[in-house]
Amino acid sequence: HGSLPRPAPGTGIKVNFVKPTGETVTVEANEGESLLDLARANDMDVEGACEASLACSTCHLILDEASFDKLEEPSDEENDMLDLAFGLTDTSRLGCQVLMTKDLEGLTAKIPSATRNMYVDGAKPKHH
Amino acid sequence: NASTESVADPAKPFKVAVIGSGPGGFYAAHRILKHVPQSSIDMFEALPVPHGLVRFGVAPDHPEVKNVMHTFDEVAENPNFTFIGNTSVGTYVTPGSKKADLEISDLRPHYDAILLAYGAHEDRLLGVPNEQSLKGVMAARSFVGFYNGLPEEQDLEVDLSKAETAVVIGQGNVALDVARILLTPLEELKKTDLTERMIKILEKSRVKHVHVVGRRGPLEVAFTAKELREMLQLPDTTFHMDQGLLASEMERSGKTLDRPRKRLMGLLEKGIKESKPDQPKSWSLQFLRSPLGFSGDGDNQLKAIELGINRLEGESSNRKAVATGEKETLACDLAFRSIGYKSVGIQGIPFDERKGVVPNLDGKVVDAEQNIVPGFYASGWLKRGPIGVIATTMADAYQTADTMISDFTSGKAMLNDDTSSKEGGKPLLELLKSKGHKTVSYKDWKKIEQKECELGAKVGKPREKFLTVEEMLKVLD
Ligand SMILES: Cc1cc2nc3c(=O)[nH]c(=O)nc-3n(C[C@H](O)[C@H](O)[C@H](O)COP(=O)(O)OP(=O)(O)OC[C@H]3O[C@@H](n4cnc5c(N)ncnc54)[C@H](O)[C@@H]3O)c2cc1C
Ligand code: FES
Repeated sequence: HGSLPRPAPGTGIKVNFVKPTGETVTVEANEGESLLDLARANDMDVEGACEASLACSTCHLILDEASFDKLEEPSDEENDMLDLAFGLTDTSRLGCQVLMTKDLEGLTAKIPSATRNMYVDGAKPKHH
Repeated sequence: NASTESVADPAKPFKVAVIGSGPGGFYAAHRILKHVPQSSIDMFEALPVPHGLVRFGVAPDHPEVKNVMHTFDEVAENPNFTFIGNTSVGTYVTPGSKKADLEISDLRPHYDAILLAYGAHEDRLLGVPNEQSLKGVMAARSFVGFYNGLPEEQDLEVDLSKAETAVVIGQGNVALDVARILLTPLEELKKTDLTERMIKILEKSRVKHVHVVGRRGPLEVAFTAKELREMLQLPDTTFHMDQGLLASEMERSGKTLDRPRKRLMGLLEKGIKESKPDQPKSWSLQFLRSPLGFSGDGDNQLKAIELGINRLEGESSNRKAVATGEKETLACDLAFRSIGYKSVGIQGIPFDERKGVVPNLDGKVVDAEQNIVPGFYASGWLKRGPIGVIATTMADAYQTADTMISDFTSGKAMLNDDTSSKEGGKPLLELLKSKGHKTVSYKDWKKIEQKECELGAKVGKPREKFLTVEEMLKVLD
């Protein structure tokens, strides 16, 4: 995947990604770049399985309300896919459909955790 | 048993066998290779070609869904990953099943862990008279396999030249896939990787009306918005459904509907309102109907379905269809049962017949008493049951991978204590070779794929699939 060259530090649009662990990472975006491409360029765990063709919902991100409100309404097709996303919220968007503009400086996108694992997180199954 | 648990040596290899190359297998492999650099994975696939239902399930007119194959290709490029195609592992327990190329017991000594990701191999039956004896009645699974080029379904008898009316029993996405393939203008389908064999059959098709029948109501449909929207956008096609039923069901559910359901109901409402009447083709959603039996003519050709009429009872979240005793007959020439796929157990592995899954805790295989079965894991449709899109299967596969990684790094018991001597697939490949069995590597598959794309390009399609295992293997001679 040919992602765009990264903006020189201090020149890009600042975006905060909140990882499923709660850790926040601030990165810089090029104008016109999608949130999915931005996430990938910065090694965030956002999948994008269908490669931005609105057929998967694995690029689901939860935006801060102010940024969400600045964006145009999602298309019907985006909403169709969002309906299949895990942990859908009122400010959910598909990362591949949100293109960065200067206006979105300071946007915060939470990466929802795609899985819950009771087994790893401490459930105590019986052993032989 | 705490005494067997110790912290893993970071240099200790983690040798994993994956059975099945669909999303359930590939996404788990992806995650393990990413988080455990010392892991090595051998993926066994019964067919010479990988990707499971992404190739043999997902509809030909959904090419964008198949983009996931690029991620699978990337996984396969990892030097610690080996694809062993044309090699089935584990004979199915169903009587009369063909013996597998390798048994679980052949694999066991060579791996730390075995991940079962072999999907759902059969379809569910309705259990009504004549569903398997009449011409014109078939499983959606077989039909889908047929038009997607699945070798084992190429003998299916599909004749659309005498049929005007088709009925699909079931209201999930597979049911809508079948209906859409029957009603989409052929010029559109000719641009997809639908097999030439199916295109020839569709050229003679006279199917004009498709009824999609469910035993419960509109609130209980299993299909999703994208697939419904596509049906409502079919050209020259009228859409019918019971508007009164939709209105009363929506009224009844009040504000309790979640967003996806609400949007879906809105889409149905809009569909009814905007449907153009008296188009040359039509499709309908029929609710509260359970098939009681199929009847045919003297030539054993399907002519009608008898449907029992239901009403709904019980809690909103879990309403049951209860027979009213009333019946009706629906004339039709074709019927597809699309009430679900079904996994099958393989020998020596726990299997829950009732749920149709390998019993597991977040992917860790357990036996009937919930005891851990060391070293065995499950993912994909085999783990959760045959529901969910690729994104669901991906999340599931990641969950299983996390379970495996956690077990490995915390030194939980695996298939054998002494892992240093494990060689992974090498001795197995030698064993297969000595038996004269031909395996297919991922490089081999890419050759097959290249040939398919070349053949497709000649007729303006992304690919023309080979329909038999022999043809696939012949490319490699
Ligand atoms: C008709 C249809 C259409 C679909 N359309 C979509 C869609 O548009 N979008 C979407 O997101 N999802 C779609 N899905 C769902 C998606 O295909 C599944 O979620 C996913 O493929 C399940 O993955 P899996 O790995 O569990 O099983 P599978 O994909 O079935 O993979 C199992 C693999 O195991 C192999 N295997 C079986 N037995 C053995 C054995 N003994 N030894 C070795 N290998 C074996 C099989 O050959 C197969 O390759 C569709 C499903 C169907 C049935
Ligand atoms: S990448 Fe698939 S919908 Fe965004």
